[in-house]
Amino acid sequence: MANRWKNDLRARDVTPEAVYLDRRQVIAGAAGLGLVGTGRAARAKVPEPNAWEDITSYNNYYEFGTDKGDPARHAHRLTVQPWSLRIDGLVDRPGDYDFADIMARMTIEERIYRFRCVEAWSMVVPWNGFELADLLDMAGVQAGAKYVAFETVLRPEEMPGVRYPVLDWPYVEGLRLDEALHPLTIMATGIYGRDIPNQNGAPLRLVVPWKYGFKSIKSVVRITLTDTEPPTSWNKANPREYGFYSNVNPEVDHPRWSQATERRIGGGLFARREPTLMFNGYADEVAGLYAGMDLKTYF
Amino acid sequence: MRDRINALARLVPVWAVWLGYGWVAPWLIYRGATGGLGAEPIKALERELGEIALQLLIIGLCLTPLRRYLGVNLLRFRRAIGLLAFSYVCLHLAVWLFLDVQDAGRIWADIVKRPYVTVGMVAFVLMIPLALTSNDRAVRWLGARWRRLHRLTYAVAVLGVVHFIWLSKGFQIEPLAYLAVIFALLALRLPDSKSLERRTR
Repeated sequence: MANRWKNDLRARDVTPEAVYLDRRQVIAGAAGLGLVGTGRAARAKVPEPNAWEDITSYNNYYEFGTDKGDPARHAHRLTVQPWSLRIDGLVDRPGDYDFADIMARMTIEERIYRFRCVEAWSMVVPWNGFELADLLDMAGVQAGAKYVAFETVLRPEEMPGVRYPVLDWPYVEGLRLDEALHPLTIMATGIYGRDIPNQNGAPLRLVVPWKYGFKSIKSVVRITLTDTEPPTSWNKANPREYGFYSNVNPEVDHPRWSQATERRIGGGLFARREPTLMFNGYADEVAGLYAGMDLKTYF
Repeated sequence: MRDRINALARLVPVWAVWLGYGWVAPWLIYRGATGGLGAEPIKALERELGEIALQLLIIGLCLTPLRRYLGVNLLRFRRAIGLLAFSYVCLHLAVWLFLDVQDAGRIWADIVKRPYVTVGMVAFVLMIPLALTSNDRAVRWLGARWRRLHRLTYAVAVLGVVHFIWLSKGFQIEPLAYLAVIFALLALRLPDSKSLERRTR
């Protein structure tokens, strides 16, 4: 079932490595020559993926600390090899799957997705990964399954942030089965063609581009097929602010801040806010999943 | 020891406090503009400025207990510390208005709709009369009322830390640590039983 979706942010828009490593200097130089204006106009139409440096230095991964720089500072302590993923619950072939075996069986694609955090910032990330549907197919989803539950690794000796009860560890997330099987939903294992860095959720993480970033759970060790809606970490911490669905929706505000606009990371001190798109710009692909549902109730 | 600290403090001119904190804001802005504050410099700058303001309020609240319990007198620096705190709150607010929110319509909506913004704005408004009366003429003119007016600092500090706790996601230790310090400093101001006895006699 791989290759069910074609990038709308075209591959040629991915900044070549040599350029993105250098882009800060390039932009600074261009500003000196008064050339920035033309670059901005071109970027406004087709969003360009964020620089590797931005994607890997500005992260929310509270197991390593709540500061945006903490994951990049501390996540090197996480052992990601070997890695085993348990798939259980309502599946035909439950068990512990070795990451290397999974990788040998999956088709890796590049998916360039918008990424919208619930905190109202956003990026564009060129992920590498495989469709979650293919992984679930490997385990054989049984007829009674309706939901998919996910769990992040919990290793206090490698994760300094879990000393504090910021959330109820381990981090857990969940999707409805149809959301999990949607062609846009992937398990990412790389960024810019390299192995995904630890701070971004190595060795494999969920990416659901039409939902707020916290749904895209990192460093997954367990996937469980269930017939009831699984608990999710942020919903447990604050049910008034974080719902099970958490679809990107500019019309439903977070109780403490507006979701109508977002700021693209990488624009510097004078970056303008941009309007947030319904389902993060993927309404054509996913709005049908929620037909007839009141998105204010099921936020 | 105490006398030596007091003697040393007398040698430090008040403008040294202004200098000590004054350079931090331009330095932060420079780093924000040149990539030194990370991939999202607006939020980083906003937060740094707010946190420095809160720290200055706490330093200001330390001076009375320092003198009362340890005999260390640094009161001549209090006005500079208070005005610096107000300056950092103004910069924090300016970053929020002009770099973060950007949209005039949304600014008002946020102040009215978002409790943590409301609380922060109330703290800012309460600081205005304090800043305006931080001069010798106002002290003379207001007399005993000046002391009562400047007790608003307690409310400002509490509102400031509530603002910080309210905007944090999840259960975070740092803002709660600020709250504990502020409560402790306010508790040290409660009149002890002896002085109450003296007053009733």
